Amino acid sequence: MDYLTLLQILDSTVRLGTPLLLACLAGLFSERAGIFDIGLEGKMLAAAFFSAAFAYVSGSVWVGLLAGVGASLVLSLVHGLASITFRGNQLISGVAINFLAAGMTVLVAQDWFGQGGRTPSLMGGARFEPITLPMAETLRDVPVIGPLYYELISGHSILVYMAFAIVPLTWWVLYRTRFGLRLRAVGENPAAVDTAGVSVVGLRYAAVVICGVLCGIAGAYLATALQAGFVKEMTAGRGFIALAALIFAKWRPWYALSTTLLFGLLQAVALRYQNIEIGNIVIPVQFMDALPYILTVVILAGFVGKAIPPRAGGEPYVKER
Amino acid sequence: MEKMPHWADIVLIPLISLLLAAFLSALVILAIGESPFEAFKLMVQGALMRSAGWGYTLYYATNFMFTGLAVAIAFHARMFNIGGEGQAMLGGLGVAYACLYIPWPHWSLALIGASLGAAMFGALWAFIPAYLQAKRGSHIVITTIMFNFIAAALLNYLLVNVLKPKGSMDPASAKFPEATHLPTFRDMFSTAETILFRGSPANVTFFVAIAACVAVWFLIWRTRLGYEIRAFGFSESAAKYAGISPVKITVVAMLISGALAGMMSVNTTMGESERLILNSTEGAGFIGIAVALMGRSHPFGVFLAAILFGFLYQGGAELALWTNIPRELIVVIQALVILFTGALDNMVRVPLERLFMAMRKGDA
Repeated sequence: MDYLTLLQILDSTVRLGTPLLLACLAGLFSERAGIFDIGLEGKMLAAAFFSAAFAYVSGSVWVGLLAGVGASLVLSLVHGLASITFRGNQLISGVAINFLAAGMTVLVAQDWFGQGGRTPSLMGGARFEPITLPMAETLRDVPVIGPLYYELISGHSILVYMAFAIVPLTWWVLYRTRFGLRLRAVGENPAAVDTAGVSVVGLRYAAVVICGVLCGIAGAYLATALQAGFVKEMTAGRGFIALAALIFAKWRPWYALSTTLLFGLLQAVALRYQNIEIGNIVIPVQFMDALPYILTVVILAGFVGKAIPPRAGGEPYVKER
Repeated sequence: MEKMPHWADIVLIPLISLLLAAFLSALVILAIGESPFEAFKLMVQGALMRSAGWGYTLYYATNFMFTGLAVAIAFHARMFNIGGEGQAMLGGLGVAYACLYIPWPHWSLALIGASLGAAMFGALWAFIPAYLQAKRGSHIVITTIMFNFIAAALLNYLLVNVLKPKGSMDPASAKFPEATHLPTFRDMFSTAETILFRGSPANVTFFVAIAACVAVWFLIWRTRLGYEIRAFGFSESAAKYAGISPVKITVVAMLISGALAGMMSVNTTMGESERLILNSTEGAGFIGIAVALMGRSHPFGVFLAAILFGFLYQGGAELALWTNIPRELIVVIQALVILFTGALDNMVRVPLERLFMAMRKGDA
């Protein structure tokens, strides 16, 4: 494998890792506040469809992004309503949201565009175009660093750079602000937060809303940057890989970056090489597909560094009477 | 003091939830420019007015009974087995191995053998998440989700690289031998003059599913193990105090759950396609969640809810055939049922409880 191939694989790692990263950070906010969210997949899917649809109709990708975030937010609020206000089962609510999105996107797509559950292809301003960073062309011929800069660092859409910027931002919000402290506290011990006179319900809704916004960006990225339009079931389990990455990252922002890039790398390698031959052993592509899930089970089993979820995760908070 | 009578809990709440889901679905149909009444009429006609329609309805219902029971058993032990899909896929593998590699003399023996194979493979797939939950405290919902994806990858690999006959392009196993073909409802109920259930896939497995409902009822409410499962689900600490081993109950309940989910594949793989195909489960594992919630985890409720969902499935296929409404409408209805009967349960329950309280006060 030469240097350029390596760079290309890393480049597609970044592309494929970005939606995972955004969804993973979305889940991080929600779960750190004590709201389990297995509906990341559904929210991304809804956002992917509505962003593509509105981008197509309006011709502006930014309108699409807003619509995608809006759709994701609506589902987030349904999740909030079910799990915070009505103290229902958060897991069941997540399952329902995934199906709601899977069904509604196709239903609406068929009604609006009549193309069997997809949107027309997006062109021009209806898509996020790659950004060429300054000096990328001129520096291209500089050995080693030039191609690295040109192939890997430059040439992504704005959402990719945004996603990477959100990682330190998330860290800063969670660990350096009052809001972050309270958010983490509400996921560990909501009663204490309540005693301190801070609204548990308010904090949890805030977390769920942030989760919705990030999932919305992730979905919009899929349909308007990574690909040019929406197709049925286009998230293809990415929401669950993001969930796996979140556990793998032990609910921490910087770890989330590395695990989503790792899982992105696995996807990039599987995409490029199908079956990998190492000596006499052939690693089938299906194994590469399953690897994120297998790794997560191993981590969950606690054989390699135990992942401990937020203590109050999944439990509705009932005020003492 | 009970807040409301038992019948309201098991009949009224699911009914109201169902009506809410139906109402929202009707709005969705209206929004895409079709008439909800026409759509409902078409569904009833397609699914219930012809014997062939019933043949499909009951075929789907068979799948949902197995997966619904699987989820229900786990619910009794207060576990959420979201891995029915993966367990059913592995069950299909068990069916395929039993049918392809054992020369069965008669379909009845093959049915028993394949059911055992399906149950064993399904249970095996549930065992690892169960063990990890019991011994290592890994959250069973997450592990079973992961196992769904691992199962899909495994099945894909096996079908493409191992089970696919030479020269075939289809990622599917070889056809099962003639002796393993199950009698369909058409074979069983048609007379010389009238052919019933023409071309529909309902088969003898339906009766196995009913037997499974009865067996689960017996297990849950008439055996010591069932008592232990319920006690564990009710209060883990109390169960522990009574000498019930949490590890044992977690593992055993999940094994039964996985076995039931796996047995769904007898219906699809042996009864319908007569070979193992990719995606033979078609999401039935997830519909089991809706069925179990709707049926309040009681086998009889599961039975009714499974038939309801069988009707929705077949009716939805009819809609997709004759109108502009895609099959995904059923996915939306399923989502709404899960949402209202599962997650938003309190939204229906709390006002109803208040209503009953007010009525009781009025009496006194």
